Amino acid sequence: MDLVEYQGKQYFGRYGIPISAGRAADNVDDAVAAAEEVGYPVVVKAQVQVGGRGKAGGVKLASDAAEVRRCASEILGLDIKGHVVRRLWIEHATDIAREYYASFTLDRAVKLHLAMVSARGGIDIEQVAESEPEAIARLHVDPLDGLGQAEALQLVTDAGLDAEALEQAAGILVDLYRCYVEGDADLVEINPLVLATDGRVRALDAKVTLDDDAAFRHPEWSEFEEMGDVDPRERLAKEKGLQYIGLEGSVGIIANGAGLAMSTLDVVNQVGGAAANFLDIGGGANADVMANALEVINTDPNVRVILVNIFGGIVRCDEVAQGILTALERVELTSPIVLRLDGTNSIEARRMLDEARSEWIIPELTMIGAAQRAVEIAGGLS
Amino acid sequence: MDESTKVVVLGLTGSQGRFHGLRNRAYGTKVVAGVTPGKGGQDVEGIPVYDTVAEAVERHGVDAAFVVVPPRGAAEAIVGCAAAGIGFVVCITEHIPAKDEALVAARLRRDFPQTRLLGPNCPGVISPGKCNIGITSGDIALPGGPVGIVSRSGTLTYQALHELSQQGVGQTTCVGIGGDPVPGTTFVDVLRAFQDDQETRAIMMIGEIGGDGEERAAEYIRNEMSKPVVAYVAGVTAPEGRKMGHAGAIVSGSKGTAKAKIEALRDAGVIVAKNPTEAGELMVGVVRELEGEWAPSAPTL
Repeated sequence: MDLVEYQGKQYFGRYGIPISAGRAADNVDDAVAAAEEVGYPVVVKAQVQVGGRGKAGGVKLASDAAEVRRCASEILGLDIKGHVVRRLWIEHATDIAREYYASFTLDRAVKLHLAMVSARGGIDIEQVAESEPEAIARLHVDPLDGLGQAEALQLVTDAGLDAEALEQAAGILVDLYRCYVEGDADLVEINPLVLATDGRVRALDAKVTLDDDAAFRHPEWSEFEEMGDVDPRERLAKEKGLQYIGLEGSVGIIANGAGLAMSTLDVVNQVGGAAANFLDIGGGANADVMANALEVINTDPNVRVILVNIFGGIVRCDEVAQGILTALERVELTSPIVLRLDGTNSIEARRMLDEARSEWIIPELTMIGAAQRAVEIAGGLS
Repeated sequence: MDESTKVVVLGLTGSQGRFHGLRNRAYGTKVVAGVTPGKGGQDVEGIPVYDTVAEAVERHGVDAAFVVVPPRGAAEAIVGCAAAGIGFVVCITEHIPAKDEALVAARLRRDFPQTRLLGPNCPGVISPGKCNIGITSGDIALPGGPVGIVSRSGTLTYQALHELSQQGVGQTTCVGIGGDPVPGTTFVDVLRAFQDDQETRAIMMIGEIGGDGEERAAEYIRNEMSKPVVAYVAGVTAPEGRKMGHAGAIVSGSKGTAKAKIEALRDAGVIVAKNPTEAGELMVGVVRELEGEWAPSAPTL
């Protein structure tokens, strides 16, 4: 789960990482009240999960109530790369002396955590990484050792941070590591980490991606769920515990396993169609999960055909077949199902579906055959 | 790993552990024991269950462990197997927190370097006709080689096996390394084993978007491998910046895209297919070329 800036800052706050005084606001009056509370001048910032907010006009400086009113009404409702702004973060403006960069993520290649710090913050760090790789200081952290103040101090020194910022930045780095590990984040990034003219170092932005698999030990994450301009199909899928991503095409896709689901998208594309979604019913899929998946896809008005592509391993095909039969009883399908089943208990599954004799189910023997058939049907109805 | 490999199943008394443990046994795998804390003394269709891995190892001299326990207990279970001296651990559990996986990797590296972990979140490994540890359906595999399969995605592993078996091309070993951020075994580890294995004459590799495992594999293939490799990478049409399911499939910017991976593999001399079916067809061509006298082995399963 990606947090928006203000949620990320609140998360930082839990681990003692200094941030500027600020408050969220959902309308213009709220924004003014927030600004009065945190003190002028303020920065009015669009809360959307997309980069390049500043360039798109989603971040503005305001020095009194009238300016806040004007900025807030301009930014609320603004469409930034397909994300409509519904919430603002009003923050006391900082007089910036220097901008740095700091992050933690996992380096998959060596199976260690990776800290990156740079004195060249505030801009696209990937550009810096490409044009001046030496401008980013890196340190691998073994989870058994953790990160201490001494190593952190060495890292920020290596990165070339200003002398007066070193001690504070090292302390922030230690706290940020704790936020990353104890907070079960896949990524924590501060860009920019600023040295203010008052000599204080603090996080001026926050990028936090939480590891959904760790949600069971973080009941406090429930407060983050609401945010974002969520596709209604995705919201329904999430309620039903499904891995779903809405797309633009007319072929609804249900597959088990992320790899097979992605491959199904690819094959549909190769035979001239377009997928309406990505939906992975996962490894623990049973009849109920399958029925839920069909229900979610059935709500999508763009869908003309549903392609179900299952290769049973831990998922048993007979359970999938049962799910389809259950769904046919439970919901009124608006599109036919093209079905391809192989693997664990597939013979039993095919027998069950044969016996049901539903005109809604069109069996196909191969993945490509199923994709072709589905695309044909999707085209045929248009 | 072969028909003499003795396997303990962690979580044998659970529904998944029971189903797959018994299925592995039916395939011919020597499943000698199960472990479920608090259920020692019971048995599952004649397979004795112990409270601890250490007990099972002491009684049966276990070679490999099959871990089928829920995510919150999986990391501890894996390290427990290593601590009990088991040299090979297969973990199929999905949704293990990344921090737990990183910790497992660190423990194995520092304290138990003799233990190899396959997974987590993987389908396991099958040597057709000999041994199956994991959740792969044995009836889609065809013994006799000459192809070794390595795959990051579970269900695409089955698809790859299926495509080859349908065409009468057998497999030496099929390894699913899993799509999690911290895989115990990598593409390069498996490719190296296939390069050294006399019976494996060609390799099918199934990758997907996210991470840089495929790029690293490409580098290894270019520098170290003499055997032909056919590859397929899933996710060409995946939207950028979205995490596709639980797998380690994240695309951001140009790194980790299917396009970048396909280019890296092509540059390394790998034959890249555009879908799993084409990968199967291309592999048939490779195998026929390798052995002029090659004839399809009769499906024996």
